[in-house]
Amino acid sequence: MGATIVEKIFSRGCRREVATGEVVMAPVDAAMIHDITGPLAIQKFREMDGKRVFDPGKVIMLFDHQVPADSIPAAQNHIFMRMFAEEQGIRNLDLTEGVCHQVVEERGLAAPGEIVVGADSHTCMYGATGAFATGIGSTDMGFVLKFGALYFRVPGTIRVEVNGTFPNRVGPKDLILSIAGDIGADGATYKALEFTGETMEGMGMAGRMTCCNMAVEMGAKAGIVPPDRITWAYLRGRRRMEPFELAADPDAAYLEERSYDASDLAPQVAVPHNVDHVVDVGEVAGTRVDQVFIGSCTNGRFEDLKEVAEVLGKRKFSDGLRVIIIPASRAEYLKALRAGYIERFVEAGALVEAPCCGPCMGGAFGLLGPGEVSLSTSNRNFKGRQGSADAKVYLASPATAAATAITGEITDPREV
Amino acid sequence: MARKPRVKSGRNVEQATTGVLTGRVWQFGDDVDTDAIIPGRFLTLYDPRELAKHAFEGTRDDFAGGAEEGDIIVAGRNFGCGSSREHAPLALKGAGIRVIVAVSFARIFYRNAINSGMLPLVCAVAGDIRDGRIAELDLEGGILTVEGKRYELEPVPAFLREIVDAGGLVEYARGLSEVTTCREAMM
Ligand code: SF4
Repeated sequence: MGATIVEKIFSRGCRREVATGEVVMAPVDAAMIHDITGPLAIQKFREMDGKRVFDPGKVIMLFDHQVPADSIPAAQNHIFMRMFAEEQGIRNLDLTEGVCHQVVEERGLAAPGEIVVGADSHTCMYGATGAFATGIGSTDMGFVLKFGALYFRVPGTIRVEVNGTFPNRVGPKDLILSIAGDIGADGATYKALEFTGETMEGMGMAGRMTCCNMAVEMGAKAGIVPPDRITWAYLRGRRRMEPFELAADPDAAYLEERSYDASDLAPQVAVPHNVDHVVDVGEVAGTRVDQVFIGSCTNGRFEDLKEVAEVLGKRKFSDGLRVIIIPASRAEYLKALRAGYIERFVEAGALVEAPCCGPCMGGAFGLLGPGEVSLSTSNRNFKGRQGSADAKVYLASPATAAATAITGEITDPREV
Repeated sequence: MARKPRVKSGRNVEQATTGVLTGRVWQFGDDVDTDAIIPGRFLTLYDPRELAKHAFEGTRDDFAGGAEEGDIIVAGRNFGCGSSREHAPLALKGAGIRVIVAVSFARIFYRNAINSGMLPLVCAVAGDIRDGRIAELDLEGGILTVEGKRYELEPVPAFLREIVDAGGLVEYARGLSEVTTCREAMM
């Protein structure tokens, strides 16, 4: 029986054959903490009598959730973490570069075949660069900081095959929303999702990141796209590593195989308050919104902003609407700036903010008040996620967000 | 040469994975999220006993005052879904719960429960067990008996039992200076 890509990654890490279902204490190649989960992880590390982190070169500390600090406790957390970084000699530290997951990818800190953990559920995004990456709790992270290893149950894999060419104004976010609607919010619990097929092979890194990012919304432990030419091209200059083969064997044992056709997909919208409650945009078109948020680790990249700029054209955003646009990182911001998109967005009436999580998790600015409705390109629409528990959040693609921001009501991007 | 992980017994050990427990069943059904287990407004608390006073507040108000040491939480699918807050298993632990039996668990909750020294057990038909009954749980045999019916539980991997027996991952890790990884175990 052949091995899945996940089994191969764990076998590589363990230097012996490892199969689905086995519990292994696997060494990790990198561990990421951010300004919300970091302080508790450090506290757990200390409770475990941790003195020195396992390898300061493999610990990554990124500030993004409350940047710049929006409260005194947030500022104290930042100080606490910076002191820890200094004490431990951690140099993979950045205070203002952007959303943690985007920055990890940009810096080539998660590469094919590596096992990467992060104290954040959307760590699964690094599957886009062929890593096995998963989110963990603070106690687990304390353990990782001390030992550089963690116990894992090697998950079985659901193979998701996508074929066909996206219709105009339909893209990776619509695809992953429709898959989430199909698999369900707990349909992939304990499992890994392997994304394959011609659509995935033709998809750029930005789209692959969007898809892997949302694997956790189906309960998955990881999402992964087998590394190929596109992956290695992205990593060139970011990571010194010779390309190598990493793919599932043809006779690998999958838990399940599902196939999707991208060519007949309509723009998708997840309606409040479940990520897996997904409908075609037509079913909710006309819903008035108070805020449109374009950004986050799911959809804050240059490609997303380009899509927004294209839908927008020379028009203005609707009056009486807050349009908040936040590039996911400094690098993405600069690319959009140089392409002229940022100027266009500001002219059209948007608030363009510096790279950070922004309103995504309802912890910083851009909170929703009771009764308000938001359409967001992020990944979660749980009750209270972006502010008041009496607010409503719809999730959609950058194209749908742009169309909605132009009209002030949920709008099919193919119709503006 | 790395040392094999060893757990010092005797300290903070409650032998959570052996013996027989008898307690009341608290049936919760499907999709219990961590917001229901411990609402967000109590996340500034860290003491399990303090957290326990607010467990299921607003969704099942008889639990906080009624649960006793040894009682068993029983649930359907996807227990512990939602946020990764570690306050959730701690609140249940503070209420005297050592064991949760469910058809399935959300992944991060499952790990957080083990790490907090609790035992999450998977049972395909846990959803059928009725609320308020007295259950007898044979931890070694992996059998839950309620109203004369025997329910089989999926075995918990030995390594996870070690963590639970130590009292949780912090206690497990405290005495160790290093762990043997799957890589070193072969060398
Ligand atoms: S952008 Fe949103 S989902 Fe991504 S790391 Fe920040 S808060 Fe989490």
